[in-house]
Amino acid sequence: MTGLSAIELEDVVKEYHSHGEVVQAVRGVTLGIEEGEFFSLLGPSGCGKTTTMRMIAGFEAPTKGVVRLHGQDVTGVPPNKRDINMVFQSYALFPHLSVWDNVAFGLRQRRTPKEEIDRRVGEMLEIVDLAERGRRMPRQLSGGQQQRVALARALVNRPRALLLDEPLGALDLKLRQAMQIELKRIQREVGITFVYVTHDQGEALTMSDRIAVMNDGVVEQLAGPREIYERPASAFVAGFIGTSNLLSGSATGGELAIGGGRVLVPGHDGDVTVTVRPEKITIGTDEPARDCSAVRGTVAEVVYLGTYNSYAVSLADGAEITVFQQNVHDATATAERGDSVWLSWRAQHSYVIGS
Amino acid sequence: MSGERPVGTRRARAGDRLLHLYTWLIIIWLSSPIAVMIMFGFNDKQSKSNTTWQGFTLRWYAELFELSDLTTALLNSLVIALVSTALTVVVGTMLGLALGRHRFRGKSVTNFLIFAAISTPELVMGASLLSLFVSGNVPRGAVTIVVAHVLFSLSFVVVTVRARIVTLDPSLEEAARDLGATAWGTFRQVTLPAIMPGVLAGGMLAFALSIDDYVVTSFVNGSTVTFPLWIVGAVKTGVPAQVNVMGTLIFGVGVLIAVGNAVAARRRA
Repeated sequence: MTGLSAIELEDVVKEYHSHGEVVQAVRGVTLGIEEGEFFSLLGPSGCGKTTTMRMIAGFEAPTKGVVRLHGQDVTGVPPNKRDINMVFQSYALFPHLSVWDNVAFGLRQRRTPKEEIDRRVGEMLEIVDLAERGRRMPRQLSGGQQQRVALARALVNRPRALLLDEPLGALDLKLRQAMQIELKRIQREVGITFVYVTHDQGEALTMSDRIAVMNDGVVEQLAGPREIYERPASAFVAGFIGTSNLLSGSATGGELAIGGGRVLVPGHDGDVTVTVRPEKITIGTDEPARDCSAVRGTVAEVVYLGTYNSYAVSLADGAEITVFQQNVHDATATAERGDSVWLSWRAQHSYVIGS
Repeated sequence: MSGERPVGTRRARAGDRLLHLYTWLIIIWLSSPIAVMIMFGFNDKQSKSNTTWQGFTLRWYAELFELSDLTTALLNSLVIALVSTALTVVVGTMLGLALGRHRFRGKSVTNFLIFAAISTPELVMGASLLSLFVSGNVPRGAVTIVVAHVLFSLSFVVVTVRARIVTLDPSLEEAARDLGATAWGTFRQVTLPAIMPGVLAGGMLAFALSIDDYVVTSFVNGSTVTFPLWIVGAVKTGVPAQVNVMGTLIFGVGVLIAVGNAVAARRRA
């Protein structure tokens, strides 16, 4: 870990006491978030991602471990003394204050001169495209507008890092996609570190420079989106990010014998678990070439999904493999239910988990 | 079909009329004591009693503060009500916040006591307070009246504030802290405005309960006389019309507050 990380967690543990039992929400997280990075904490609900973020913000004190902001230990420092701001899932706009006063709140706490407040709040409302709405009350705004006020209220303080707790969760799909692009644009413009908590893997893949995939209180993998998608570190990551086929068995001579065929795992011997993404697999009736991984199976289900077809193919040993095939040529499926087919993919598209 | 419609409409119209009549009867029933009180404040009475209409006069308004005992009693009541309301609002808001926001040892006991204070009969509360003060050798007077009034109105503030605080999104306060506000700054700028309607409602209840309390006050007053105590004392010999005038003025202030509140609520919406 470099000494210049914007945010550093060192073996951070958070325990709760609930009905006389000790529950570990976060079980030893160590990570470093770089300056100017768009960093996501991704995982299912209850994985500890929100607790981790709240420890960075200062709302929760770690049971064990150290939190550092720009090299300074802030473990016991209250939230109002930390140079970071947060966008809340519920937006948490002050209902009795106008949009303008909401955005000015942080600057007023620091006794910023009035002219500077006026200038910065005005600029910020311009950036989030709400310059005309300063006098409105929060409840008079749409969900998307409230979201942008929450963003402006945090960013106007020019924090060294911005924490976002599932900020797009309450928006509908179209608006969410528009806001993803918007957030990314704003992050590039202001150039500060974003820490983004989400359970939506698509969102994380789209926006992040790096992602920490969390499960059950630990970080399962910390890497860039491409790396996480193509080379998942665990079966959990493979299953949580997109759709993934997992094949396990004992390999001999760099080959795994499965479903009347073979999966090429060059350089591996013994028990292995291999993951293959559904879109890498070709479905066909002819026997594929020797240099490909290839298995035989029966089509159990064909689902038409617009841009692609999804096939569920049962192998002889009972395993089921999902295959996506783009509808490039026409809408008719390559194979029908009950057809006996070959599935094949190139050797480099099998990824041995943990290698 | 077309033959049935008018019948149904006629029946509905009759029902409407009945509802109107019923509503007006209730309004008259509720407001007639107030109307009588206001009216007899203008009664040009000649005898001690003020029960028969003898003509219109503004004399009692002009001579409002002629009866010095009554004036003292009214001032006592106002001071006691203001002081006990202020104390009740501060202590009650803190209690309401604690009960609505935090978990602590003794919370359920406190909740029970809050409920018990509301449901205890005034006679019981008055009598037990008196024996407490007597056995503790506390001299009875304005101070013990304030203590008693805080005691029985505290629960109402706690209940109204607690109701507000449990519906308040805790992330609002976190957002304030996150934006650099101190704990006190957060309370002043975010929490208090949000619970203000509850605080005000509780405060008005406390004031109303205090200013017209007779039962509990009569146990703990010592030689201090409040407005209600003076009136009850005067009933035997005849209530002077100034009492009606004072009642009318207190009622008028109450109406003004209610109207102001309604106007403010409409402006906010």
